[in-house]
Amino acid sequence: MSSHNSILVLFAHPVLEKSRINRSLLHSIHGLDAVTIHDLYEVYPDFHINVKREQELLVSHDIIVFQHPFYWYSSPALLKEWQDLVLEHGFAYGQEGVALQGRKLLSAITTGGSEPSYSRSGYNYFSLRELLTPFQQTAQLCGMEYLPPFVVHGTHQLRETQQIQQHAQDYQRAIVALRDNLIHWEKLQTCQYFNQALDQVIQPGVSHHG
Amino acid sequence: MDSDFFGQAFVYLIAAVLSVPIAKRLGLGSVLGYLIAGVIIGPFGLKLVGQEGADVMHFAEFGVVMMLFLVGLELQPDLLWRLRIPIVGLGGFHLLVTTSIVMAIGVLAGLSWKMALAIGLILPLSSTAIGVQTLNERGLMKTAGGQAAFSVLLFQAIAVIPILAFLPLLATDSSLSAALPSAILVSTEPASSGATLTGWQQTLMVIGTVGGIILAGKFLMRPIFRFIAATRLPEIFTATALLLVVGITLATQAAGLSPALGTFLAGVVLAESEYRHELMSNIEPFQGLLLGLFFISVGASIDFNLIMQQPLLILALVLGMAVIKSVVLVGLGQFFKLELLQGILFAFALVQGDEFAFVLFSFATQSHVLPAVTSGSLVAVVALSMMLSPLFMIAYEKFVQPRFAQRSPEREADEIDSNENAVIIAGFGRFGQIVGRLLMANGCSITVLDHSPDQIELLRRYGWKVFYGDASRIDLLHAAGAEQAKLLVVAIDEREKILQIVKQSRKHFPHLKIMARAIDRRHAYELIRRDVDIIQRETFGSALNMGVEALKLLGVRAYKAHRAALIFKQHDEEAMYDIAASEGDEAVVIARSRQLAEDLEQILQSDDRELIHDFDRAWDTSAPDR
Ligand SMILES: Cc1cc2nc3c(=O)[nH]c(=O)nc-3n(C[C@H](O)[C@H](O)[C@H](O)COP(=O)(O)O)c2cc1C
Repeated sequence: MSSHNSILVLFAHPVLEKSRINRSLLHSIHGLDAVTIHDLYEVYPDFHINVKREQELLVSHDIIVFQHPFYWYSSPALLKEWQDLVLEHGFAYGQEGVALQGRKLLSAITTGGSEPSYSRSGYNYFSLRELLTPFQQTAQLCGMEYLPPFVVHGTHQLRETQQIQQHAQDYQRAIVALRDNLIHWEKLQTCQYFNQALDQVIQPGVSHHG
Repeated sequence: MDSDFFGQAFVYLIAAVLSVPIAKRLGLGSVLGYLIAGVIIGPFGLKLVGQEGADVMHFAEFGVVMMLFLVGLELQPDLLWRLRIPIVGLGGFHLLVTTSIVMAIGVLAGLSWKMALAIGLILPLSSTAIGVQTLNERGLMKTAGGQAAFSVLLFQAIAVIPILAFLPLLATDSSLSAALPSAILVSTEPASSGATLTGWQQTLMVIGTVGGIILAGKFLMRPIFRFIAATRLPEIFTATALLLVVGITLATQAAGLSPALGTFLAGVVLAESEYRHELMSNIEPFQGLLLGLFFISVGASIDFNLIMQQPLLILALVLGMAVIKSVVLVGLGQFFKLELLQGILFAFALVQGDEFAFVLFSFATQSHVLPAVTSGSLVAVVALSMMLSPLFMIAYEKFVQPRFAQRSPEREADEIDSNENAVIIAGFGRFGQIVGRLLMANGCSITVLDHSPDQIELLRRYGWKVFYGDASRIDLLHAAGAEQAKLLVVAIDEREKILQIVKQSRKHFPHLKIMARAIDRRHAYELIRRDVDIIQRETFGSALNMGVEALKLLGVRAYKAHRAALIFKQHDEEAMYDIAASEGDEAVVIARSRQLAEDLEQILQSDDRELIHDFDRAWDTSAPDR
């Protein structure tokens, strides 16, 4: 296993100018080495996705991140359009579709609903992991390993800049650790969320930002 | 002589003007209208035309020549090539079988075999003029049956020449040299020049003429038309077109070929040129008038005295001929795998006798093949059968078609429809080209009209099929297939002309969807008032795009800028329609424009997504204020 991974962040937010959480998260990983941020709504405002270019981007990275706010229990529309077009037969799946095999997929999600609301006794009834199964299965079909998601719950209750900053820092830590291969992969797979116990899944190492 | 000419013209014109519309109203079709008009003004009706009717007929036969030129223009060479099997197969078999039957009957009736053969060769021929006219008039030309009928007519147009050459050999007294009929339809040269030209010289002449027509059509005519078109004098273009048809007529006659065939050939060759539609629309009125005149003179020439002498015999011949032809044709249709309905249409379109027959019978008499009385009666039979054909078509539409319609509604389809395209683009400059390229890239076939010869020359070099013509002329749109088209894109850059085209085509082709390029807002209002289906202001789209780019450079998110432009566009267009509806009341216009500006500002600044954001809490029961 190579010691470094390149990371492609497919970022989808239709109103980034109004965003609080995603903007901070994105900001925290901005400019990191070997991390490509691909702002889908900025590049494809008319939903006209350049499939070939997207596939080339995918192939040239080891870890793919879907970062987006949770909209109607799923991703904003453009990321869905992206999946529909880019994950083509013969590229991502099917007999010859092996281009993504062995890569890892991480969902980085912010939700309005709090963590307890995503449970049987909660308002949203289903757990977030249940709701994310379409993404998980998509990764599986493409031969990718689906990592436990990085989740920020209850965005509306995050009033303090400080609270938001904490999440942003965690996000940066997670991304850098993924990049530098400092993850206890087995341990990670036992977690619900990537960021539920960062100290346990990330090996102590030289943390460098940049 | 002058007043006589005008008197004559008046009689013919008024006969046509009165009878044809009535006939059409009654559902009889224009051909029958003309024929009846001829009978009425003829020597057995009001006696308004007499002996000179025959001269008029010879002159009017030129209409048939023109018609074949037009038919040729409609047929591109590849289409003709696709029809080669029906032409030779259907046409050949039909002539062979009917000729044998008629000849057998003739011999049984006691005629000499030579006479019987001559009659057998002439009677089965069917009139192209009537066949094509009725089929076109009823929109049946492009059905399988219509195409089959057309193939047979084409074969006969070719067959007339050998028949003409062959007839004198059947003379009972071959020592008598034939006096020659003067007719435009079929050249009479071969008989006369047979003495001076040897067989192979004759053959050479024919090959030379045909080759000449093809080569000139391919290489000479386009530069000439281009030169003429550049003068922008429509009447000179018309004169050139007429000159072409007359010239070919003379050349083919000199070579001993049928002028009808020669002009047909020229038409096919020119069908690929950019002047196709312009030529059609120029020749069509002449053709129509002359053909009408021709039908009238046929009607006037029916010799009712002769018919009255032996009415039963003539009637029996007319009906017998129609029955024999129908049976043979339906049978042939079955053999060539036509559906029964199409087979019947095919047969009914061909029951009438042929205008060539008039010429051939008089030629046969002069060549001493047939006695004058026999020829006279047979000419009457042919003329009467011409009245029969429209009646058969009515029967077809009233009785035959409905029966089949119930049984197989879906397969009335036409197979050879690729001739005219669904989209016509008028004006192929910067605007029209973009529309056209997009459509072509999506596999739509388009007909493009432009009126700049230089532009056309250039576009043709890039492989574009562009036709010369001024789209503000209805006849040209007509020739370009506006009747069958679905869509007309008016993309020229002249304000007034756009309005004119829109107005005209709304009136003449109500089924056509019209899209128009608007030069500016004011122009757009006028187009909206003229009920254009789709309007695009020529600079609006690109200016809007520029605005989006500007917003982006100023730091606005691309998606927001994109949506803002869409919202802007929607509001601007709504306002455009509102203002157009206000009929140019300036106060209203100003008020509406102001309001538009305010509304827009408000909408664009309060992002519509903010509203959604307020409901964030809906996904979280534990949020404090819920
Ligand atoms: C259209 C829309 C749909 C949403 N659907 C959900 C949802 O299904 N579940 C949920 O927990 N939050 C939902 N939310 C709330 C967003 O997830 C939340 O506003 C977002 O994560 C905040 O991040 P931001 O500040 O980066 O925009 C929705 C918000 C919008 C605007």
